[in-house]
Amino acid sequence: MINLTANIAGVHFKNPVVMASGTFGFGREYGKLYDVSMLGGISGKGLTLHAKPGNPGVRVYETASGMLNSVGLENPGVEAFLSKELPYWETLDTARIVNLGGNTLPDYVLGAELIQQDDDARRLAGKRAVDMIELNISCPNVKEGGIAFGVKTPAAREVVRAVRAATRLPLAVKLSPNAEDIAEMAEMCEAEGADAVSLINTISGMKIDVRRRRSVFHNLYAGLSGPAIKPVALRMVHQVAKRVSIPVIGMGGITSATDIIEFIMAGAAVIQVGTYNFMNLRAGSTLVEELQQFMIEEHISSLDEIRGII
Amino acid sequence: MATVISNERLTDGVYHLQVEGEYGGAMGQFYMLRAWGAYPLLSRPLSIHQVTDRGVDFLYHVVGEGTEIFAGLTPGDSIELEGPFGNGFPEVEGRIALVGGGIGIAPLYYCAQKLPGSDIYLGFSREAFRTEAFGPLAGELNINVGGLVLDSVDFTAYDHIFVCGPHPMLKAAQLKAMAAEQEGRGPQVYLSLENRMACGIGACLVCSVSCRDGQRKACADGPVFLSREVIFHD
Ligand SMILES: Cc1cc2nc3c(=O)[nH]c(=O)nc-3n(C[C@H](O)[C@H](O)[C@H](O)COP(=O)(O)OP(=O)(O)OC[C@H]3O[C@@H](n4cnc5c(N)ncnc54)[C@H](O)[C@@H]3O)c2cc1C
Ligand SMILES: Cc1cc2nc3c(=O)[nH]c(=O)nc-3n(C[C@H](O)[C@H](O)[C@H](O)COP(=O)(O)O)c2cc1C
Ligand code: FES
Repeated sequence: MINLTANIAGVHFKNPVVMASGTFGFGREYGKLYDVSMLGGISGKGLTLHAKPGNPGVRVYETASGMLNSVGLENPGVEAFLSKELPYWETLDTARIVNLGGNTLPDYVLGAELIQQDDDARRLAGKRAVDMIELNISCPNVKEGGIAFGVKTPAAREVVRAVRAATRLPLAVKLSPNAEDIAEMAEMCEAEGADAVSLINTISGMKIDVRRRRSVFHNLYAGLSGPAIKPVALRMVHQVAKRVSIPVIGMGGITSATDIIEFIMAGAAVIQVGTYNFMNLRAGSTLVEELQQFMIEEHISSLDEIRGII
Repeated sequence: MATVISNERLTDGVYHLQVEGEYGGAMGQFYMLRAWGAYPLLSRPLSIHQVTDRGVDFLYHVVGEGTEIFAGLTPGDSIELEGPFGNGFPEVEGRIALVGGGIGIAPLYYCAQKLPGSDIYLGFSREAFRTEAFGPLAGELNINVGGLVLDSVDFTAYDHIFVCGPHPMLKAAQLKAMAAEQEGRGPQVYLSLENRMACGIGACLVCSVSCRDGQRKACADGPVFLSREVIFHD
């Protein structure tokens, strides 16, 4: 029997295949196509305290082996999530991660507090629907907040410290590849009591429409994801995993079992799958099956055997 | 995986693709298609042209990399289909007009089959195609080449109008709908939108449409919207 499980801060992952925030909604849509409870986990669409309409104009553009998106954190807000989406999450048997963004420091804190209060009430009632918070300080597509907090370590420290104080839920901090020094950023998160770091978010990029002589995107820049960013993501996961002792959740361009193995060998505890969900609407079930098959072929009995061996 | 039955070139850059299998769907719904491996990354949305007992048909215009690959398909080739997705046009009764511009006629053929006797308006910028198939299903058939097909549609004469075509045509249809409404004889006008999509199922939010009641998803809440709901920004 091969063992695909992992554990992060007491949260059990039945396998390392977690769906990345913003590419999986809250799981409902994909849930119509396959049983999403077979996944290791789901990171929901990034939430902000209040609902956000997202960015105007074109929101997606394909590039060589990647795509640029400018969704701009369109989301229903924390409260609507808690009342409308959590009841669905309760029915799932997979790790459930709330991805939390913000415009300002108080937004992040209030968002985290609301989630914590809701969790306290649920625990009293013997229920539980959030397993972990993934703090997003790295969205390149919003003007305020997001990336503004994710580039410089001192600004990021303030947010991580404040959110850590606001919740007792396991906390992962999602880092930006645009950070000045991503390993230093991860060390800061560990020092501030984060239980894990996730990386990477999309890389800030651009596309110009030469005939109309302007950027394709209303916000000029957009976030690059997909296979094009995998080498960068892998290098960053490797760098960070060598510097911190908390688990690393690795992602960026994963589209196959061997991609997953690469990230685990670079030191990731579990991985996340984003853009591949658009290339293959059954990405989750495909990857879990392929991973099992690959491990049998390569005589790997547990991911612990190969984790961080590079 | 599905199999291509035929992929016939109708005119310059326009193809009629038939795919084998048990595929269903309502008028105005679409499938996400791909006939390649990892690249191009995204699958391409195409409207249902018709559903037959052998499978499902599409009518498409070659505009870029993906549709270029579709154009190279020959009988027996494999193609991946996910769907049917989207809300589709409603099943309505009364005086109905189907108005298509260019490749926008693609979903209207299935509508014409389901709503026989509707008046059909087909507009083309250069060359008409597939019009012969619409003839037997139409009440009145109007074909316009080089002009503005919407100009020939009297919006006060119908209860329901389905429109599919390029962006400027949809905006013009919305204006005509508003004008007819002001005269107190407004039909229900339905527009099929072609926003860029990534997932096609309502999970990624790249296809957002600004509507009077907030942001909607073209793939899951649409692609068909009541014209008065949509806010066009450009
Ligand atoms: C619901 C829906 C139904 C459609 N039905 C049809 C149909 O029946 N027949 C048909 O010919 N076309 C249809 N289209 C448009 C068709 O999807 C695009 O022409 C096609 O995706 C272009 O792909 P490409 O690779 O050839 O072009 P590229 O320019 O290389 O495409 C690059 C990217 O832009 C997107 N894109 C480009 N043009 C469009 C467009 N007009 N609409 C949406 N996305 C676009 C592509 O999907 C891709 O992600 C439909 C679009 C939608 C949203
Ligand atoms: C359309 C889209 C929306 C995204 N939205 C979010 C988000 O709300 N919060 C977040 O932390 N990351 C978001 N991301 C980033 C992904 O979670 C992931 O970090 C990134 O896409 C890299 O992984 P990939 O190459 O597998 O897609 C989004 C990515 C895409 C493509
Ligand atoms: S294409 Fe993903 S939500 Fe519409």
